Amino acid sequence: MLRVIYAEARKLRRPTLALSTTAIVAGLSVLFTSLVYLRINSGHNTRRGEFISAAQLSQATGIGYGFKLVSAFLGLVALCIFASQTAQEYTYGTLRNLLVRQPARMKILAGKCGAMIVFAIFMVTVTAIITVAASYLLAPSAKVSTSAWATSAGLSYLGHTFFNVLLSTVGFGLFGMILGLLFRSPISAISVGVLWNLILENILSAALSGSAKWLPGQNISNIGEGGTIDLSYSRSLVMSAAYLVLGFAIVSTLFKKRDVAN
Amino acid sequence: MSDLAISVTNLTKVYGERAAVSSANFEVPLGTICGFVGPNGAGKTTTIRMLLGLIEPTSGTGTVLGHSINEPEKFLPYVGAMIEGPAFYPALSGAENLRVLASLGGFPQQRVMELLDLVGLGDRAKSKFKTYSLGMKQRLGIAAALLPNPRLLILDEPTNGLDPSGIHEVRELMKRLASQGTSVFVSSHLLSEIEMIAEYLVMLRSGKVIFSGKTESLLEAQQPIIIAKPEYSVDMPKLIAIATESGHSSSIVDDELHVLSPADWSATFNRLAFEAGITLANLATVRPSLEETFFELTTESGAN
Repeated sequence: MLRVIYAEARKLRRPTLALSTTAIVAGLSVLFTSLVYLRINSGHNTRRGEFISAAQLSQATGIGYGFKLVSAFLGLVALCIFASQTAQEYTYGTLRNLLVRQPARMKILAGKCGAMIVFAIFMVTVTAIITVAASYLLAPSAKVSTSAWATSAGLSYLGHTFFNVLLSTVGFGLFGMILGLLFRSPISAISVGVLWNLILENILSAALSGSAKWLPGQNISNIGEGGTIDLSYSRSLVMSAAYLVLGFAIVSTLFKKRDVAN
Repeated sequence: MSDLAISVTNLTKVYGERAAVSSANFEVPLGTICGFVGPNGAGKTTTIRMLLGLIEPTSGTGTVLGHSINEPEKFLPYVGAMIEGPAFYPALSGAENLRVLASLGGFPQQRVMELLDLVGLGDRAKSKFKTYSLGMKQRLGIAAALLPNPRLLILDEPTNGLDPSGIHEVRELMKRLASQGTSVFVSSHLLSEIEMIAEYLVMLRSGKVIFSGKTESLLEAQQPIIIAKPEYSVDMPKLIAIATESGHSSSIVDDELHVLSPADWSATFNRLAFEAGITLANLATVRPSLEETFFELTTESGAN
């Protein structure tokens, strides 16, 4: 399986993909962190009109706030990358080359998955570094004290947030991979994934009270948040795992059995 | 160990109600070049895909290098293949595309540049695949197929898009590989090319194998044609009469008389013409080419 991971890594590290992804996550990290600190006196400096004060940011948890804010967008980026990297094997016709060199189809799938998880770790790490650095740079101008950030409580919180954001990002990525295997077209897989997560789930959540706790995107996103009052972290973990395991059971069976005829 | 590179028995693939390949039986000996020919849609690519484990046969069995086609992991490390044209990642360079496959197959990375030089792409190794011409893409596909230093090379239309010198190079490459013991199974529409290099032939029509065996035996089994041209065209009716009286049918093609007869009758024909006072300006015996034989066997009327 290591061979598959190496082979996939060669595709993922190509400059157009690696650099553009780094640029996107870096841009998002700077943008969201800046909005929190630069609009701290405006009354709504975070998503959906919410407000976080300088006093709240000065606590130990303040170090990871900007990072946590970007997690939902990291998930979308991961969904797009995992979906396109999987589905493009069908559109380019390269799957047949891969299967001639590695006929064990489950190894191909596992290796692809492994390589993309490594890519997701890279993405999340870059985001963590940039958001924390930006937070330190912007904190003085927003009159936010950073003295509590570098304490064991602050670093522990940052570590937990990193783990949760990574889980959430990988979860969205795997969701994208399932769509890629199902639709066998990058455009279709990405369109359906983005449409579902950004639009349909939000409409369903707004229209049907309590439905959010059953929706896959809401649950995966909630892992990155570390859980909320409405939706517990543990429930989101179980629900997300259940959706992903079910999805992978279906698509891996299809992948194993389906003729490679194009 | 089996002395066969490929062997299939009653191999069948059915899509819905249509049989893409129907009870195919053929064998390809080790160390030979075998041509795989048939009209478009005859089932060549489907057969190749079944041999490589890409699609599952509906019924029937087969072996590649002595291993069942149901266990592709046992023979694919020794098989190089280019199926239905070259397919690579457009945003990666030619070299990087080969490195992906070399990593996947566990082949030495230094082989990548050796092969790119071999197929004449050494100076474009760093160019992105999407910038390659059709011929260059085809060459890269051949290089990819050679990555495992294969004991069996399966090529589907390897000369598509190549210029005459490229076609010549591929032909020479296949001959050289065969002389070194590599078995080559090649499908092509260029029947003159196949005739020049293939010792064995498998011919498909509508999913059925209509010939498999030595190319020589197929061509020898075809009725030869004696082509005669009288010095004076006024003698043509007399020549036709000589052929007819001897029980051979004939026809005039471009001022020449084509007589369907055994090859050894040409001497008799020459003597009879001389006795009738006819001087022949040209007398030759030709066997139908593979292309003519192919059309004869693969067209509905020819086959029936």
